[in-house]
Amino acid sequence: MTALLLRRLAQSLPTLFLVIAGSFFLIRLAPGGPFDLERPLPPAAMENLRRLYGLDEPLPVQFFHYLAGLARGDLGPSFTFRDLTVADLFARGLPVSATLGALALVLALTLGLALGSLAAFRRGGLADRLVGLVASLGLAVPNFVIAPLLQIGFGLGLAWLPVGGWGGGAPQNLVLPVITLALPHAAGIARLTRASLAEVLVQPHIRTQRAMGFSRFRVARHALRAALLPVVATLGPLAAGLMTGSVVVETIFGLPGIGRYFVDGALNRDYTLVMGTVVLVAVLVLAFNLIADGIAAWLDPRMRAA
Amino acid sequence: MSASLTTLARRRLARDRGAVAALIALVAVALACLIGPFLTGHAPERIYPDFVRSTPSLSAHPAPDEIRPALDRLAQRMRVTLEDVHREGDRVRLTLTAPKPIDPRNLVLLPRSDLFGPATVLERSADGQRLVVEATVRRLHFLLGTDMLGRDLFTRCLVAGRVSLLIGLVATLVALSLGVAYGAVSGLVGGGLDALMMRVVDILYALPFVFFVIVLLVFFRAGLWLVLVAVAAVEWLDMARIVRTQTMSLKNRDFFRAAYALGSGTGAVLVRHAVPNTLGPIIAAATLLVPRVILLESFLSFLGLGVQEPATSWGVLIAEGARALEAAPWMLAAPAGFLVVTLMALNRLGDGLSDALDPRL
Repeated sequence: MTALLLRRLAQSLPTLFLVIAGSFFLIRLAPGGPFDLERPLPPAAMENLRRLYGLDEPLPVQFFHYLAGLARGDLGPSFTFRDLTVADLFARGLPVSATLGALALVLALTLGLALGSLAAFRRGGLADRLVGLVASLGLAVPNFVIAPLLQIGFGLGLAWLPVGGWGGGAPQNLVLPVITLALPHAAGIARLTRASLAEVLVQPHIRTQRAMGFSRFRVARHALRAALLPVVATLGPLAAGLMTGSVVVETIFGLPGIGRYFVDGALNRDYTLVMGTVVLVAVLVLAFNLIADGIAAWLDPRMRAA
Repeated sequence: MSASLTTLARRRLARDRGAVAALIALVAVALACLIGPFLTGHAPERIYPDFVRSTPSLSAHPAPDEIRPALDRLAQRMRVTLEDVHREGDRVRLTLTAPKPIDPRNLVLLPRSDLFGPATVLERSADGQRLVVEATVRRLHFLLGTDMLGRDLFTRCLVAGRVSLLIGLVATLVALSLGVAYGAVSGLVGGGLDALMMRVVDILYALPFVFFVIVLLVFFRAGLWLVLVAVAAVEWLDMARIVRTQTMSLKNRDFFRAAYALGSGTGAVLVRHAVPNTLGPIIAAATLLVPRVILLESFLSFLGLGVQEPATSWGVLIAEGARALEAAPWMLAAPAGFLVVTLMALNRLGDGLSDALDPRL
């Protein structure tokens, strides 16, 4: 299994390089620069600024410098937040986004697995139909519709929770953003769990276990273990989805996370900040894919050989 | 065999009541978006300054309580005093007075105001300082209310729906052709090329694509068409995998070998045999792709990165509605309703299709 994970890790390195190279050249080739202001700077000042940030060198040289910096863990200085490096900005924003993402991940998995299993075990029943309806609603109602509704309902109407803001990570500030972020994914996981568990439950080995008089709980545990594989396989995309979702959620709830930095950075042509975010997200997605591979190998011995 | 398979699938789909309902809902939404804007009686960009943020209702505007304030505003602009207002059915009779003789030409302000038709002078006092005027009251319907500028929301939702549906369809078609071509070649040729092509797909899968799309959109100031291309570029991967698996399972079947034995080239086999025989799962996957594309487009538009004014899409309208939620909740509810119904119907239809086209059943 270690060999498998090491091989997957080695396979993901070219991907990472591709992400870095692709986004680096894409960003540099785009028209406009970080120092284009309403009133153009004098050419001499512009020249100095460009030299200060190393933008006057040929692109391949810049790319090499960037890679060298990355290898040292240096993401470079931010172009728009003067005096701050991208690492500084991440040190501020990452805890926010990570808290949000981790809680949403847990909530989505818990809700999705619970509802999906319920539906599969009570196949065709009222619970099944109810879960099916809720899940298809959850998939169709985008989080940028859910968020304002939650804000109005719980923030303004009932006044139970704050409408937005981070508040130093106070629990009451987290509730609405986490729910918003988790709900669509919970719906997706519920559907997936239901489909895969329903398929497993009619297989001969489960029927045999039932026939042999195993307790319901034990049969359920066996079935779940087999049914979890497709769910685990979506962990990587799920992580990516949570990142994307957090762009919206952070914008709507006014949270100082990575997603906000990314959109603002893109709008301000903050090359290094945008690059840094893309690299960070790519690393996270790759890491989640690795974790998913690990869990899959643990759940299914056949995967270990692959 | 192919015909009977299609017939069977159609029969199975017809028995699936949810899928049929979804299909009907989709056709209804598409037709409404296509021809509806001509029937609502409002142009999507038409601004009614007198009806800003009107609530949705079936009754006609101006409502009885809207006539007097609008007339007061008009009287002020005509520099006359409104002495008496008398309403009879769909006509109003106004008595206007002023310290100076009233110029009847000022009365054109009445028909210009969205609320009234042309005015006729009934009585004119000798000194011209007093006029009795009659005008028709217009009947305007805003079924889903109006927005912050006084534009008819129903018409705007329908026009926005055209853009959202078009993007969904076109991006899906692009993703479909890319994915089908890629997957079919990869599956049919096999060997080293297949391994290489699938490695590329694996690599692309791991990319945080939405972030790339945002970079593209922001840095290149993208319009509608670049959004389309960007969305299609993200979504063809699944299709390629599905088609590849299908093609691989077909490759060693007898009719494939027969085609080769009869002297068909790889290209001909691809077009005549591989693609048609994978059509079932492709159709189902494509149907499920449309809602994802529409959702992605509205996500980008919500962030202000997608469709730009004056063009509009459901995502744009939802963003406007979210900003005005407290004052005008219908501005969120209307476009969100259209979007959710469309997405649910597409998802349901896609599920129904993949069940109906599943050859195992």
